[in-house]
Amino acid sequence: MKTYPASEHVRDELVKGYPAKVAKKRLAQIVVNKKDETCEVPEIKANTRTIPGIISQRGCCYAGCKGVVLGPTRDIINLVHGPIGCSFYAWLTRRNQTRPEGPESENYMTYCFSTDIKDENIVFGGEKKLRKAIQEAYDLFHPKAIGVFATCPVGLIGDDIHSVAKEMKEKFGDCNVFAFSCEGYKGVSQSAGHHIANNQLFKHVIGLNDQPPEGKFKVTLLGEYNIGGDAFILEEIFEKCGLTLVATLSGNSTIGQFERAHTADLNCVMCHRSINYIADMIEKKYGVPWFKVNFIGAKATAKSLRKIADYFDDAGLKEKIETYIAGELAAVEKVAADVRTRCEGKTAMLFVGGSRAHHYQELFAEIGMKTLAAGYEFAHRDDYEGRNVLPKIKVDADSRNIEELDVEKDPQKFRLRATPEQMEARGVPHRDYEGMMPEMDNNTLVIDDISEHETEELLRIYKPDIFCAGIKEKYGIQKNGIPCKQLHSYDYGGPYAGFKGAINFYLEIDRMVNASVWKMLNPPWRKKDMPELEADYVKT
Amino acid sequence: MRKVAIYGKGGIGKSTTTQNTVAALAEMGKKVMVVGCDPKADSTRLLLGGLAQKTVLDTLRDDGEDIELDEIRRGGFCNTLCVESGGPEPGVGCAGRGIITSINMLEQLGAYAKEEMLDYVFYDVLGDVVCGGFAMPIRDGKAEEIYIVVSGEMMAMYAANNICKGIVKFAEAGAVRLGGLICNSRKVDNELELILAIADKLGTQLIHFVPRDNDVQRAEINRKTVIEWNAAAPQADEYRKLANAINSNTKFVIPKPLKMEELEKLLLEYGFLN
Repeated sequence: MKTYPASEHVRDELVKGYPAKVAKKRLAQIVVNKKDETCEVPEIKANTRTIPGIISQRGCCYAGCKGVVLGPTRDIINLVHGPIGCSFYAWLTRRNQTRPEGPESENYMTYCFSTDIKDENIVFGGEKKLRKAIQEAYDLFHPKAIGVFATCPVGLIGDDIHSVAKEMKEKFGDCNVFAFSCEGYKGVSQSAGHHIANNQLFKHVIGLNDQPPEGKFKVTLLGEYNIGGDAFILEEIFEKCGLTLVATLSGNSTIGQFERAHTADLNCVMCHRSINYIADMIEKKYGVPWFKVNFIGAKATAKSLRKIADYFDDAGLKEKIETYIAGELAAVEKVAADVRTRCEGKTAMLFVGGSRAHHYQELFAEIGMKTLAAGYEFAHRDDYEGRNVLPKIKVDADSRNIEELDVEKDPQKFRLRATPEQMEARGVPHRDYEGMMPEMDNNTLVIDDISEHETEELLRIYKPDIFCAGIKEKYGIQKNGIPCKQLHSYDYGGPYAGFKGAINFYLEIDRMVNASVWKMLNPPWRKKDMPELEADYVKT
Repeated sequence: MRKVAIYGKGGIGKSTTTQNTVAALAEMGKKVMVVGCDPKADSTRLLLGGLAQKTVLDTLRDDGEDIELDEIRRGGFCNTLCVESGGPEPGVGCAGRGIITSINMLEQLGAYAKEEMLDYVFYDVLGDVVCGGFAMPIRDGKAEEIYIVVSGEMMAMYAANNICKGIVKFAEAGAVRLGGLICNSRKVDNELELILAIADKLGTQLIHFVPRDNDVQRAEINRKTVIEWNAAAPQADEYRKLANAINSNTKFVIPKPLKMEELEKLLLEYGFLN
């Protein structure tokens, strides 16, 4: 068993090179986890501005809106209003998969739509070009919907994308056109973009179709983006368990699903950070309760399915789900037991996303690996400490800058599916997320918005067996002789959700942490018994 | 070549003063180019006799990259050369970015080249220095002498002081200096005294006091500068004096902008307490 310096000492070590003011701010974002019996955890600073000069992992508002939330839907044309790079470099980079109903069905995800604005459009305004581009997209594809995304320069010159969208929607009559003011510079991270995406989908799409699909137990899956095929696995699980999936936001989804999302009887939230706004708004307006689920990890999947069964409180459903879990678990446990013989005691660090750094700890635990440190890129305090801190979160100017919709009960469509009391009686939590920290061990490090410098320090001090992050971090980490698993894109792998996904993940981690290639990364000059290299200059 | 930019509050008479002064310089035999930096493109109307001029940005939009200098530069009164930057309609796009684009275009086309034998280039800039684009003429040494058109009104003083702040910012990094204040008189009480006091505080000079004279409007209605309309008019001489003062000016300073309280105190003292 490796021994490590005290976490408090590591914490000081991480900020040692910073100027005093920077160190002070970072120390509020670097916390040593301590739980008491009531699961109270220390306060962490999150969702604040990244300090200029620090290389952090974060993306921009546009990435969160267009890339994360809207990107995975196949039949909305996502038209980026801006210079070409914003669209091109966000084109198919997230590995969201989709499965159109048939060969003739719409799928625009493989296309890259942009207004390609130029100097001239900046000077004279880009609205005309946008109008033309929307018309062109409509004429070519006759899509059901077109989403327009504002990039930074569009915000600066003040193009009124919303009125253009409205005008074109009225003109077409059979195509929903809506726009997102998701300029990259908004907010402190991509989190602002998630919120903006949630708002616009709620305003312009959700609630348009009151006809739910046939089924006894109707649920939506919110915050599942079908990276590497996760949604396919979950769709199969839901089907086998007798659950009717009304909509997924937004993995393997269609605009038709979004329009009827409010007709479900339960909203299951996967990625709390990116989608909790819609979950809350649907509940307020239509009376559909939500709770947090986690389908990453076999045990977590079983737990989440049981939660759903308890919510519907139906003996038949409970039995069906139990039978299904029992059938799946055997195979998973067999692989886990084998992999565990090679992975037990190994260590992991996870710095990614706004939920993934939490969810994937389950999978590591199932093969006996310990999480030494974890943190999010763009999460808020509630994702770390749990939603009970919500009333205590100070709303700063950066967050106020993002619109907060005022949602009221819909007088016709509101139908409370279950009161909080009923939910309590069935033993299911209501609108609850306990956060990452209560589930992490004491003395582990929790670091918000980690920097490249801090990452390298962690690698040096702990030498973890695997580090999970994204593409920007991957090769820096691997140069240190430590494998990096990307948890945004899954590298080339996946799916990792549900039971089958868990097996994939165990095997992938086994392959990565036990690959001998990492041991060969020791260059000759680091070997102890190598003589020092000597040479003379060529005499001229 | 001396590179001059004229700034001042909107409506203060920058374009009128610039063109009349340029006419006087041209009359003296100087070769002058005027670059209008106002999206309305009305900075060269008097020199061109009202001739509608195709702007740099319109040409760039319609003809693409293939542009000749002659397409965007017209000859005006007394061999002056006139260019209008142009820009978007009110409320759309970015006029500031437009100015950056069009000045770059002029440079690339050789409008400032030695062969042009220019003595002066004048930039007539819209209103206040509101954003980066409008500061373009004073950035990177595109303009080196700034004159601010003022009158004895409070808002004109605020604007002048604000423009000085812009000049300071760029002066520290480059060659731009304040050449002086030009008073385009509105005949308000204590106008001369107030402007002299403010010029003194800013560390600059009142380079000329142009009295109010309806001949300016008479010339304008005829789409002419005063000198072209009536070379013998007394107001024509005022512009000649201003042109001479600029031509022989040697006092170029980094201004010392006033603090708001200081400025208001001065305004009260001269303008409103009497």
